[in-house]
Amino acid sequence: MNAYAENVFGEYDTRVRGIMISASELDVRHGPILYLEDVSVSFDGFKALNDLSLYIDAGELRCLIGPNGAGKTTLMDVITGKTRPDTGSVFFGQTIDLLKMDEPSIAQAGICRKFQKPSVFDALTVFENLELALKTDRRTWSTLFHRLNGEQRDRIEQIIETIGLGTCHQLRAGALSHGQKQWLEIGMLLMQEPKVMLVDEPIAGMTHQEIERTAELLLSLQGHHSIVVVEHDMEFVRSIASKVTVLHEGSVLTEGTMDEVQNDPRVIQVYLGG
Amino acid sequence: MKLIGLGDDKLAMTVLSVLAAVTFIIPICNLMLPADSALHFSAYTVSLLGKYLTFALLGLSLDLVWGYCGILALGHGAFFALGGYAMGMYLMRQIGTRGVYGDPLLPDFMVFLNWKELPWYWLGFDQFWFAMLMVVLVPGVLAFVFGWLAFRSRVTGVYLSIITQALTYALLLAFFRNEMGFGGNNGLTDFKELLGFNIQSEAVRAVLLMLSGMALISAYLLCRWIVSTKLGRVITAIRDQESRVRFLGYRVEMFKLWIFVFAAMLAGIAGALYVPQVGIINPSEFSPLNSLEIVIWVAMGGRGTLYGAIIGAVLVNYSKTVLTGLMPEIWLFSLGAVFVGVTILLPDGIVGLLKRRLQELQS
Repeated sequence: MNAYAENVFGEYDTRVRGIMISASELDVRHGPILYLEDVSVSFDGFKALNDLSLYIDAGELRCLIGPNGAGKTTLMDVITGKTRPDTGSVFFGQTIDLLKMDEPSIAQAGICRKFQKPSVFDALTVFENLELALKTDRRTWSTLFHRLNGEQRDRIEQIIETIGLGTCHQLRAGALSHGQKQWLEIGMLLMQEPKVMLVDEPIAGMTHQEIERTAELLLSLQGHHSIVVVEHDMEFVRSIASKVTVLHEGSVLTEGTMDEVQNDPRVIQVYLGG
Repeated sequence: MKLIGLGDDKLAMTVLSVLAAVTFIIPICNLMLPADSALHFSAYTVSLLGKYLTFALLGLSLDLVWGYCGILALGHGAFFALGGYAMGMYLMRQIGTRGVYGDPLLPDFMVFLNWKELPWYWLGFDQFWFAMLMVVLVPGVLAFVFGWLAFRSRVTGVYLSIITQALTYALLLAFFRNEMGFGGNNGLTDFKELLGFNIQSEAVRAVLLMLSGMALISAYLLCRWIVSTKLGRVITAIRDQESRVRFLGYRVEMFKLWIFVFAAMLAGIAGALYVPQVGIINPSEFSPLNSLEIVIWVAMGGRGTLYGAIIGAVLVNYSKTVLTGLMPEIWLFSLGAVFVGVTILLPDGIVGLLKRRLQELQS
């Protein structure tokens, strides 16, 4: 068999296996829900991720910090299937190989993401945004004939209350303030009933009160979902995280409690510039 | 993007009422009243109106993919032409021995080319039901194959627009060839009968107008329903933030494919209604320019409103009829000017303008 055919069939084979595995159960018996091992990604020679290894436990709330360009967003891109790493492995539980799945299957498997820039659908109302995120059959024909039942309607109403948009049901998402859009996107995450939530800069553009409420919300979700938060605001990170991971130049610099991390001389050097 | 706003319902109802009037009153007047009555419309007017209605249906189908799903398809005319050819093939086979050469089986152009038997792909087109099936199936299958390849490879934006132009251009060149067996340059024409009725008769023309109007009204209602479902909201979301929809777990390519195939089938039906009313189908219907014109109708009417596409298609084609009659050489220039003007001055098209007026009146 020539190299081309081998490549094509090899890829086909792994794809098929990937789909079969993704249909299998999530296995978190050993503790971690996300396994990233020796992951490297480079863009035109720039190493965005450099042999990064990271484990997130089931039910854990973890904060990722690090200077600009440390690879935080690239890391989320790798987990959600947007970027394929050059080397390394990424597993969801023990059995599900995320590198063999595309974005929709990863999302359906239960890894959901809030983007750095609030990404809501401006033309749709708050209610409709949440309806699209609701965990249902995602196929075309079932989407065409989908009708909300009472239970689902209640669930949407409940989330609208949770995210403090109770008075904005029928308002177009485009008309919301920056902070409200952030909340709406967090609400969309919740609608998907995710096992893992990746939350990129949740408090950008929020008022002080909104920040406090966000911290409360994230803390209340801890234990039910595994949450990874990327944030620059150290005060906010301190208020929510028991464990902090510091990224620097594409790898993990150190891990620990906020106090441990802040007193680590390497971290101080990275942040203050050595 | 305004999807449903103040005035939308009113305007949509007005458009629908005018449509219903044209669809039912004019044909009934023509069938019931004597030819010298003041309410009797000329055969020319009737087939002209019928033609506009099929264009409106074509515009409507493009608005679904462009206005709602954001796919700027610049080859939508190809599906219209394919539907037209399927109908044309049926009409050709209805001619029978009344052709110039009197061959009971072969259309005139095949006799002229010295062909001895009917090509396999002409078989079955003597059956009306089969031809009608092909009217939706051929555009549908082409859209499916094309969309499957393009959307899965995540070809979007201007690249997609360019390959849709290439698609219709390739079909134009192919249908020009005599060897293809679709009448080459001249296309299919000289039709005699439709389901046994004389295609030139006033009654048949009136019925065709009525059918075109009914097809347009039902297609409008169906499209309106589709955009009001969750699938409609998913495609709107795809238009605005494609990758976000993917991260919500929707297979964007399948949704695009669904709406693209559906719109292609509607375009095929429009083509099939168009051909018996104008009496000819030839490769020029595949011309890339035709597909660009459809985009102009929709842009001018107001994209993403459905009824705007109907208004745009009828208005642009009416001005085309008038202008090409008065000063044929300036038509393309004025079309270009209208497009530039609409893009700059009326980003929401005529519908946007009307809506603003309605809101001013109300406040």
